[in-house]
Amino acid sequence: MTKLLLGAEAIAQGALDAGISGVYAYPGTPSTEITEFIQRAQRDPGKTVRSAWSTNEKTALEAALGMSYAGKRSLVCMKHVGLNVAADPFMNASITGVHGGLTIVVADDPSMHSSQNEQDSRVYGKFAMIPVLEPANQQEAYEMTRYAFELSEKSRLPVMLRVPTRLSHSRSTVQRGEPRGQNPLNPSTEKGQWILLPANARGNYQRLLDKQEELVALSESSPFNWVKRWSNEETNNITGVIAFGIAYNYAMEVIRAYHLPVEVLKISTYPLPKNLVNRFIEKHNTLLIAEEGYPVCEELLKGYRGDNALRGRLDGTLPRTGELSPGLLAKALGVETSEPNAVPAIVKGRPPMLCQGCGHRDLFHALNEVMAAYPNYRVFGDIGCYTLGALPPFNAIHTCVDMGAAITMAKGAADAGMRPAVCVIGDSTFTHSGITGLLDAVNDRSPLTVIISDNETTAMTGGQDSAGTGRFHDICRGIGVAEKHIRTLVPLKRNHEENVKVLREELEYEGVSVIIAQRECVQTAKRKRKKA
Amino acid sequence: MNKNIIIAGVGGQGILTIAAIIDLAAMKLGLHVKQAEVHGMSQRGGAVESHLRLSSEEIFSDLIPLGKADLILSIEPMEALRYLPFLAPDGVIVAATEPIENIGNYPDREKVLETIRQSAQHLLVEAEPLAREAGSARAGNVVMLGAASPYLGISAGQMEGAIARFFGRKGDEVVEMNINAFRLGRAQAIKKDETNQ
Repeated sequence: MTKLLLGAEAIAQGALDAGISGVYAYPGTPSTEITEFIQRAQRDPGKTVRSAWSTNEKTALEAALGMSYAGKRSLVCMKHVGLNVAADPFMNASITGVHGGLTIVVADDPSMHSSQNEQDSRVYGKFAMIPVLEPANQQEAYEMTRYAFELSEKSRLPVMLRVPTRLSHSRSTVQRGEPRGQNPLNPSTEKGQWILLPANARGNYQRLLDKQEELVALSESSPFNWVKRWSNEETNNITGVIAFGIAYNYAMEVIRAYHLPVEVLKISTYPLPKNLVNRFIEKHNTLLIAEEGYPVCEELLKGYRGDNALRGRLDGTLPRTGELSPGLLAKALGVETSEPNAVPAIVKGRPPMLCQGCGHRDLFHALNEVMAAYPNYRVFGDIGCYTLGALPPFNAIHTCVDMGAAITMAKGAADAGMRPAVCVIGDSTFTHSGITGLLDAVNDRSPLTVIISDNETTAMTGGQDSAGTGRFHDICRGIGVAEKHIRTLVPLKRNHEENVKVLREELEYEGVSVIIAQRECVQTAKRKRKKA
Repeated sequence: MNKNIIIAGVGGQGILTIAAIIDLAAMKLGLHVKQAEVHGMSQRGGAVESHLRLSSEEIFSDLIPLGKADLILSIEPMEALRYLPFLAPDGVIVAATEPIENIGNYPDREKVLETIRQSAQHLLVEAEPLAREAGSARAGNVVMLGAASPYLGISAGQMEGAIARFFGRKGDEVVEMNINAFRLGRAQAIKKDETNQ
């Protein structure tokens, strides 16, 4: 059965065919489509894979670990920065190990197409000392996801599958294999494994260290790593390329197009297959290391004293930042290509913008009018569509750091004496990581105004369910915000004067106040109308 | 057979629909397909593009190398020029002439069209009137697919079959409207070709 699938969808199909009982995830570009594919597949009758969105990546990973404890296979998906949120269970799940297979998909975003950094998740994989798999194409994304579950059950460790944006969001044909059934309910009977008291944890950690040799051996014999030459000419001293994951595609594209006498070692599994890599390095006098992301392996192979035969991102043969491309590989391999056409000067930038009719727009208009009364004012912002409020014509927010940071940074600024301390956070970001910060502010009586711009969805990633819809007033009251300082407004032009008044009143209040600016996302509303 | 196609436009113009139709036709012919898309932030009214690669042999890179695109198919004139570095020396630009002026500094439309004319072999099509003629102002993307169809390396019949399969779920009327849109676009390309001869 052949289907045209996004890399993300190939992973989802692989997980379904591997017999998962659940997927746990919080939306995040470029990982969202994995969970969405599984959710669509569950609409058919008789499907039993649980797939609703989690509140954040930490709750997702912990729930997946619980499903693994119960003996079943579970999948967790997140974008790279989501793994920062889930870092605590991530690091400790490598110490407990797993029972049912557990695969953690992390979608990295080199070049930061939709992200605030381009951190390389392979560093986390090495940090936790778990196997990391890095497919090069959609077919491998499918096969390696299935393999990840086998490897997880075999090694009794969580396995990370790492994909970059370019694979997650690119389609190609995928050949499916025979689906496997789900594991039966079979809770772990191990005791010490799951109770990470120091005495147990020390033993578990030693066992994790002892497994490393076996993991390297699995890499040595992995069918996902291989050596390839395009031309059959026997030439001595030809250049070698060690290409990791998707970098293999760019290397092969160039080698084929220009008939380069270059030999490629493709690596898709970590820890590195040490002998395979050493043998390859010894065979070549000149080597290019091509990695999509940080120069993680380049640094390792080059060593502290620096092996000058190894070229790559560290010596400028490839750029230190951003995603790779065929053009960059061609240049690194010494291909002389003609200068491409320039982009004509007449072409202007077309950045993304808030939709026409979006409630965030009306909120920012009202907020800007109110804030204008304060000299040198600042508004703390957060992550979502409303981050676009930082751009003209709004210029309404002054920070965007990480999920939930609007509230806690505004609190810290209030503690330092900034008045008024104001922040804007979306509904889904608030439940993801904002509630605990608000509790801190309440407990500390920090004078702070939190504006929850509630469009009843996780809009930026395409309109997924938001964890707290309809309950923000109750949540804020429950954690101790005074009832009369929880105000709700509807950001519409016709309510402008009234909204300005509400904002002004709460900004002047010397305590914690919450303003819930509530209006459905115009994109969600449009989709609902289409369906009806 | 080897075709590299950049499909360009502004978020919401339906470039992924065009790509999906070409994919269907290519797969039916047993070709290899790779199609890189833009998801996420840029879809909010920003510039979007898709790299579509068709080949009778294995395709490695998901991205088209610079200077290797046979065709830039753009639903918006300025967006066609944004991807000029990808166009091969003998490549073709097929672009709609209607600008989406959602930015404050959008350049003069005539100058944009003139730049296209000077940059490469081109076919400029007023897509909207043809879309209306076909039955829906929103079918501009399929009009443009028709206009680009002589450059795809896939026959018109194969393309119409793919359109029928793609829109089949939505009923005969929608299929027929889109086939009309495709034919009206294609007629523009053929007319231009005859003028040149």
